[in-house]
Amino acid sequence: MSGVTQTTPAAAEAAPEREWRPPSYWPFVVPALVVVLAVIVFPWLFTIWMSLNQWKVGSPTTFVGLANYVRLPNDPRFVEAVGHTILYTALSVLLPLILGTFAAVVFHAKFPGRGFLRGVFIMPMMATPVAIALVWTMMFHPQLGVLNYLLSLVGLPPQLWVFHPGTVIPSLVLVETWQWTPLVMLIVLGGLAAIPTEPYESAQIDGAGVWQMFRYITLPLITPFLFIAGMIRMIDAVKSFDIIFAITQGGPGSASETINLYLYSVAFIYYDLGYGSAIAVVFFLLIVAMAAMMLHMRQRTLWTEIGGGA
Amino acid sequence: MSLRQILGKIGLWFAVFVIVSPAILFFLWMASLSLKFEVDNAAYPPVFFPERIAWKNYADVLASNRFLTYFVNSLIVTGSATGLAMLVGVPAGYGIARMAAHKSAIVILIARITPGLSYLIPLFLMFQWLGLLGTLVPQIIIHLVVTVPIVIWIMIGYFETTPLELEEAALIDGATRWQVFRHVALPIARPGLAVAFILAVIFSWNNFVFGIVLAGRETRTLPVAVYNMISFDQLSWGPLAAAALIVTFPVLLLTVLAQRQIVAGLTAGAVKGG
Repeated sequence: MSGVTQTTPAAAEAAPEREWRPPSYWPFVVPALVVVLAVIVFPWLFTIWMSLNQWKVGSPTTFVGLANYVRLPNDPRFVEAVGHTILYTALSVLLPLILGTFAAVVFHAKFPGRGFLRGVFIMPMMATPVAIALVWTMMFHPQLGVLNYLLSLVGLPPQLWVFHPGTVIPSLVLVETWQWTPLVMLIVLGGLAAIPTEPYESAQIDGAGVWQMFRYITLPLITPFLFIAGMIRMIDAVKSFDIIFAITQGGPGSASETINLYLYSVAFIYYDLGYGSAIAVVFFLLIVAMAAMMLHMRQRTLWTEIGGGA
Repeated sequence: MSLRQILGKIGLWFAVFVIVSPAILFFLWMASLSLKFEVDNAAYPPVFFPERIAWKNYADVLASNRFLTYFVNSLIVTGSATGLAMLVGVPAGYGIARMAAHKSAIVILIARITPGLSYLIPLFLMFQWLGLLGTLVPQIIIHLVVTVPIVIWIMIGYFETTPLELEEAALIDGATRWQVFRHVALPIARPGLAVAFILAVIFSWNNFVFGIVLAGRETRTLPVAVYNMISFDQLSWGPLAAAALIVTFPVLLLTVLAQRQIVAGLTAGAVKGG
């Protein structure tokens, strides 16, 4: 910019105040912009283009319009995968939310070693998912696994865990919950830190119990944070791949095949890239729709809260 | 101390115990599995403390001919992807924060929402056309999908909180934008740099989905190598658990050592890759 004003005097005369304008911040952003365009925006546009084509590795590509999208509702495996995804996601949002809130309330209290124990508590979500999945697979083993041994200690019958179609999704949710409850805890803990102490003091004077204080003071005040946590959990649970892929590969049969797992099979086992791209687009739209729905719900509860308060 | 306070303390410690034990017991069991001979791992009821410790499991994994290759692959991929992300992402975070271009964060949100697999399909084709498959380059490039948004997101947050007065004073004294960034803004944002770096390293190191598609026999990263051990090479639990622990140990160590930075970063951006 300054180079231009120096070399062309006419421009400088036309806008003399320009010399005082500080140089732009754009040079800082350009390299990242190039990278983002190359690895995020371009793949997206290319995916949309591929989804409109019959595109299989090793055979010529032809433009087929929306045919790949029309295929989706008639593909029983896809429809089934949508059902699995919804069940898996719903459980993987609710359980960490409940347990994470409890954990946050506990970690909000002051006790010696809190920092270290918090570090230990968040280890599951930082650990390499594949490594964790491997150990969980061993723990789920029906004969030699430690989980069935633990069940036998409390007098419960042994389970088949991830080896039975009826229990595979709850078992995987168990792993997901173990892994991601810490993230909910951290977000809610941030919310708890922002609550002033006065309401609790006056409630204590009025003789409120621990549960009442939680229900009528803490819970309403941390609702925005629970909402953010729920949203993030939803986005991550819906996309969950590593744990499911490494433990069951979508099995037994296709009992734990979520959309993401099916997308993998279509694109990188059958190499049907056009159809896979269509699934990717629909999958993304589904996630956006779910997020929008949650935002909408939040908006409505916000209105009823305001209405109730007035 | 009254009885009520004592009961409260006991209750608190009981709650802490209940919350932390799933994590502790899991990792202890992982360590136990990795240190037992096959006899003990196949025993019922399970043996927690073996009489003989099988250090051999670790020796076997470390001595297996490709393990070192995979470890170096992981180092190269994570190192390059994080380094490049810092190189482009830190200035970008600065620029976005100073221009108050908050709408540009939408791209990062989209990247955050998009399933990792959807990047793989087009980029896989690109790498094939460019003849890059079989080298580590595709994995380095695609790991940028994870690391760049994390770095930009966290740095925007940090640069927004650093004071403007110093930078303005330096500008009036005749410093260029670049000098201001390099000598004023960057030193102040050092804690933010640490947070961004640590999180980028962890999420890149842990990434699995990109590797299973893009990695060949020679270019596997450690998570992919461990996964392949499950499905093909290994059937005994001891060495498998040892390999799993070796892969995730650097991350666990980092988590405990840098837990303050990690907590700050995760609560600020709540980012996760893939």
